[in-house]
Amino acid sequence: MKLKKQAISLDSLDWNILQALQGNAKQTYMEIGRRFGVAHSTVYDRIRRMEENGVIKKYTAVLDMEKIGVKYITAIMTVFTDPKESENVAKKLSESEEVLEVSTSLSEELLIIAKVVAKDQDDLHSFIAQKVAPLPGVLRIRTSIITRKYKEEELLIEKK
Amino acid sequence: MTPSSVARILRKLPRENAFYFFTSIGNYIGENAASLEEFVDKVREVNVKSLEFHLYRGDLEKWVAEVLEDGELAEEIKSLKNLKPVGDALRSQFYLIVSKRFEKLKSEFRG
Repeated sequence: MKLKKQAISLDSLDWNILQALQGNAKQTYMEIGRRFGVAHSTVYDRIRRMEENGVIKKYTAVLDMEKIGVKYITAIMTVFTDPKESENVAKKLSESEEVLEVSTSLSEELLIIAKVVAKDQDDLHSFIAQKVAPLPGVLRIRTSIITRKYKEEELLIEKK
Repeated sequence: MTPSSVARILRKLPRENAFYFFTSIGNYIGENAASLEEFVDKVREVNVKSLEFHLYRGDLEKWVAEVLEDGELAEEIKSLKNLKPVGDALRSQFYLIVSKRFEKLKSEFRG
């Protein structure tokens, strides 16, 4: 995968640290330092710098919702929009807590693709009918409810 | 029925209160109606699958009762639902009900 040229320059130690954190963000500075042959204070400085300049956006916990009894459905919603309004539609969708991801795609028409979660099908439909369809510029909506997920991962960086 | 309640049923609604036509959960076909008059027109035009979807979910009677505030028409829609029509039979019977109601209210409004 090609990475966009970015303003922030990273050396090989930074890349190694990032890769280590993507694997396990709970590792100590000591553990990471030992792995790459540097002092824990160096790891601390590098991580702090990457947090400050936004390379590391956040640390989070990936939960197994089934195990904690949280029942929900996920759907992929494709919103066909008037090109003049698509930016506003995408912004409005991004403000909704039911929407986890919003992206745009230009194939034959301008599309907004959003990942939506809801308690059940009725809640999903109410959200789309009451909050999405009435947005100015929305032409049509196609929604697919996810019935089975085979893989879900974040992009892992390659070692430099 | 008082002239003000007739006027209220016939009013133009803001877009957030319009009726949006879907064919299944989350699948909006791009048609909506922001008044009883527009609703009558759309009933004639939209994919009949959309009418089936909304009739049997109870969306049509709910919107008519709660948003248009026409309890009488909502009851008629409910009765139609109990007859379980589908396809073109549903469209023609439903169109008959809503268009008759619209014409009646319009003539009352004109006085």
